[in-house]
Amino acid sequence: MPSPIVFDASRLAVVEEKVKARFGDRLLAHIPHPYYHQFTVDAQDAKGLVAFLRDDAELAFSYFIDLTCADYLKFPDRPSERFAVVTTLLSPKLGVKVQVKAMVSEQDPRIDSIADLFAGANWTEREVFDLYGIEFTGHPNLQRILMPDDYDGHPLRKDYPLRGRGERGNFPVYHAVPMDKAPNRPD
Amino acid sequence: MYSYEQEVVEQADNIVHMNVGPSHPAMHGTLRVKMQVKGERVIKCDQEIGFLHTGFEKLGENRSYNQFVTLSDRLNYFSPLNNNIGFTVAVEEMLGIEPPRRCQVIRTILCELSRLADHSLCVGALAMDLGAFSSILWTFVEREKLYDVFEAVTGTRLTTSYTRVGGIAFDVPEGFEQRVTAILDSMDRTLGVLRDSFYKNRIFIDRTQGIGVITPEDVLAYGITGPMARASNVAYDMRKFRPYLIYRELDFQVPTYAEGDCMARFKVRIDEMAESIKLVRQGLKLLEPGPIQYQDQKRTLPDKVSTYRDMESLIHHFKIIMPGEEHGLHPAVGEYYGSTEAPNGELGFFLVSDGSGNPYRVRIRPPSFINYPVFPKLLEGAMLADLVAILASFNVIAGELDR
Amino acid sequence: MGLTSAINDVITTNLSFAINWARGNSMWPMPFGTACCGIEMMATFMSKYDASRFGSEVLKFSPRQSDLLIVSGRISLKMMPVLQRIWEQMPEPKWCISMGACASSGGVFDTYTLIQGVDQFIPVDAYMPGCPPRPEAFIDALMLVQAKAKKGQARSQDFVTDDPSRDTSLSTASRTPDAFYRNPSRPKG
Repeated sequence: MPSPIVFDASRLAVVEEKVKARFGDRLLAHIPHPYYHQFTVDAQDAKGLVAFLRDDAELAFSYFIDLTCADYLKFPDRPSERFAVVTTLLSPKLGVKVQVKAMVSEQDPRIDSIADLFAGANWTEREVFDLYGIEFTGHPNLQRILMPDDYDGHPLRKDYPLRGRGERGNFPVYHAVPMDKAPNRPD
Repeated sequence: MYSYEQEVVEQADNIVHMNVGPSHPAMHGTLRVKMQVKGERVIKCDQEIGFLHTGFEKLGENRSYNQFVTLSDRLNYFSPLNNNIGFTVAVEEMLGIEPPRRCQVIRTILCELSRLADHSLCVGALAMDLGAFSSILWTFVEREKLYDVFEAVTGTRLTTSYTRVGGIAFDVPEGFEQRVTAILDSMDRTLGVLRDSFYKNRIFIDRTQGIGVITPEDVLAYGITGPMARASNVAYDMRKFRPYLIYRELDFQVPTYAEGDCMARFKVRIDEMAESIKLVRQGLKLLEPGPIQYQDQKRTLPDKVSTYRDMESLIHHFKIIMPGEEHGLHPAVGEYYGSTEAPNGELGFFLVSDGSGNPYRVRIRPPSFINYPVFPKLLEGAMLADLVAILASFNVIAGELDR
Repeated sequence: MGLTSAINDVITTNLSFAINWARGNSMWPMPFGTACCGIEMMATFMSKYDASRFGSEVLKFSPRQSDLLIVSGRISLKMMPVLQRIWEQMPEPKWCISMGACASSGGVFDTYTLIQGVDQFIPVDAYMPGCPPRPEAFIDALMLVQAKAKKGQARSQDFVTDDPSRDTSLSTASRTPDAFYRNPSRPKG
């Protein structure tokens, strides 16, 4: 039986060192949490950073954990762009996690898809597209996944109302008619 | 991953387009599978989800941290306590709070009991789907006994909403240890019955061995976690990776199998149930009297009894519970990703805090949603009857899948 | 003449009484379980709270062969047309139980994607409050519907929309029966 993957705090420094050596000039921010590091980059550098993290022999971040998005429209301390696509990866070799935060702008909400690097990014990117409207260029099948296909709007954006715009009341109504008053019934 | 509509389908004379779900007994929840079937073999397969999309994440932005605990129950409704505890652990790690000892021990015990409930239902349903109807009746009897304990401790059978940020809502009642020990003994017997019934059963073996094999490379690429990963030789368990609650002191194994088929996933879940029983027995020995809430007046709720007697406690309770600009928890501005081991895999919560009482963004990393996309790959080339076996071994829970 | 018609009336009245009694005591459910209430519904069909004592023995999962639709769980935008198709496919007489707070009124979730109560669009015979309702509450609702069936009361299907010329593909926030949108003084969003 293989031994379980265990978190190793001493390897966090290796990750920081290598990423800064390679991407230092393009990093917008770096936040060292106790359990993982978060690197912030622009949208066009995100795929390169993720590919580097995965393909580097020493880092080997090959375990996909999550891909999500946050909308900073109403955030008190507005960051540079409105959206942030956050990818979380795990390295079974080093035993650490890493987060790559890519800032995506509101005027041109597009970013390269990492579905060819990690198969798990396929559905998570579809979900981000569905709920936030960010287009992932190069995605094999960018369609809505949680909302109906003909839905209009991106619900999780901060300017979208919680209760929606009336779609939830827009279905044909089947009125109840007691059996003895029903039309065209034999008895 | 392709789109069913975009493929040009040859007009072969014996290809049948089949649609399974979203209302179907073999679909565990509201899932839809569209297939092209030639004879008994599935040629192509496409999935559609989203039939239970509720808007948890949007709703989380309009509710406070303690209110979201109530919503988290409804995610993986087979094991609501794991969701409650998972969310609360993530918030507490973000705030930097370490709840007191008794609270952590009780949470660990309930976490493992909830894992027992989830796995027992999954295992019973897998066997039922393959025709052995009695197994779900046996496992549901055990689940009902667990429901009795959950009801005694938390007040409800299913949607428990038991934890609060900084602690738990109520202490365990008297007689808790005896009741739980009785359940563990009967659960041991039921596991024995399940092993005897299925491990050497020719029909069960033929229907699950070698069916739906997931390779370790797929596990890493798709991000599959939980029993599905451990059945494919990837030993990743958050309880061992970075132990939370009291898992660091407890002695347990992480069962791993190398075959990666439905039988391996079945065996992993049964072995994990045996491990959970061991964990609960160890946890009960560590249960000592003590407080159940972390005392920080600005961020954690005070003891409920003292709010009836003590003006200060009442004011702090009021200021944390009420909605509004100046009320609520007010964590520091920042982001945090915290995760725990749910029965289905790694349940993660990515929380963005803007310093107010409501989270700015709650992202739920749902194990079912990340595990499910590998399904078409397993089904293509397999027989139609394997759909049931493979899907049941995934334990896809629609509440978590669609949120 | 009066005597034969009186005897005929006696026979048909007793016959319909017998038929209604038989219908009531053998309600075959169509479990439409979507979420957490589905688990409590499963619990009611299991050994401890056995709903087959009440005649609901056969779970066919086919709307064509059942007469009681149990909507248990939250119904989202994508699922509502499915629910309506299933309701249409059930032969009459048919009854509907709305189980849980989400199916009855939207429950905890007042969001953009959840139907705030299936009774806006489907006739419901019995409601079960609870989140989720206990199996005892399920049995109570089942007995209520049985009582209705024994009296010969059922909801029949009559497709009537508010406006016959309405094209449901257009999203019209102003013409919905949704309670939130009916009251203009409530703040939007």
